[in-house]
Amino acid sequence: MTAETILFWVFAIPLVATALGVIVARSPVYAAMNLVAAFFFMAGIYVLLTAHLIAFMQVLVYAGAVMVLFLFVIMLISLGDEHLFPSRKSAMQYLGVVGALALFSVLAAAIGRTVTAPAMRAVDASFGTVKAVGQVLFTEFLLPFEATSLLLLVAIVGAVVVAKERI
Amino acid sequence: MPAAAYLYLAAVIFTIGLAGVLLKRNALIVMMSVELMLNAANLTFLAFARQSGNVAGHAIAFFVIAVAAAEAAVGLAIVIAIFRSRGAVNVDEVRALRE
Repeated sequence: MTAETILFWVFAIPLVATALGVIVARSPVYAAMNLVAAFFFMAGIYVLLTAHLIAFMQVLVYAGAVMVLFLFVIMLISLGDEHLFPSRKSAMQYLGVVGALALFSVLAAAIGRTVTAPAMRAVDASFGTVKAVGQVLFTEFLLPFEATSLLLLVAIVGAVVVAKERI
Repeated sequence: MPAAAYLYLAAVIFTIGLAGVLLKRNALIVMMSVELMLNAANLTFLAFARQSGNVAGHAIAFFVIAVAAAEAAVGLAIVIAIFRSRGAVNVDEVRALRE
């Protein structure tokens, strides 16, 4: 076993466990804590894929900014645990799980059929660094990058307008 | 590790996120499940980027993270607005458009 294989399982098993914890947890706070842990393990997987910049952004934006936003809202609306609500175990829910599993089987079959390369190709040391990604971002993807700044502006204004009681 | 291992992992995470969206009633946990699905999509982009040696997949993952942050901001604002007007964040009880 190579170091990459060992590290893959070290990150993958807790990742799946914490992702399951998000949807199993009764309290939204526990779900949010599981989600933070899942984001950190996901960042570890990104490092294994030599995506250093994206792993860094994952920790900074997701585990930092987005989760703080989630926890703020959870504290702000201060709901009780989910068992305070009457449980909805309808047929639709079971159908939802069956549908999700069906989607997984389709995805697994597609991956098993199309991605047959036994190993990743070797990449040079600059792959995934800030310099390499930045070069692509500011040449090939310049227009989407500028559109993203517009999107974030719209999101900021929209969030304020929607959440404010009286403008 | 072959790229397929990372893709299978992404498929598992995406399925968990989809199950959360379909199963949970709390709008906040539904949004967290959507974040999980976006992360799974990112993992797929990065796995294919690594396999093909093309760094463009990283740029797309960057945009996905930006879109997810915008989605979280607007979505949580909507959750707060609904909580203010109805006192609930239960996705089953918010069906004013249906009735």
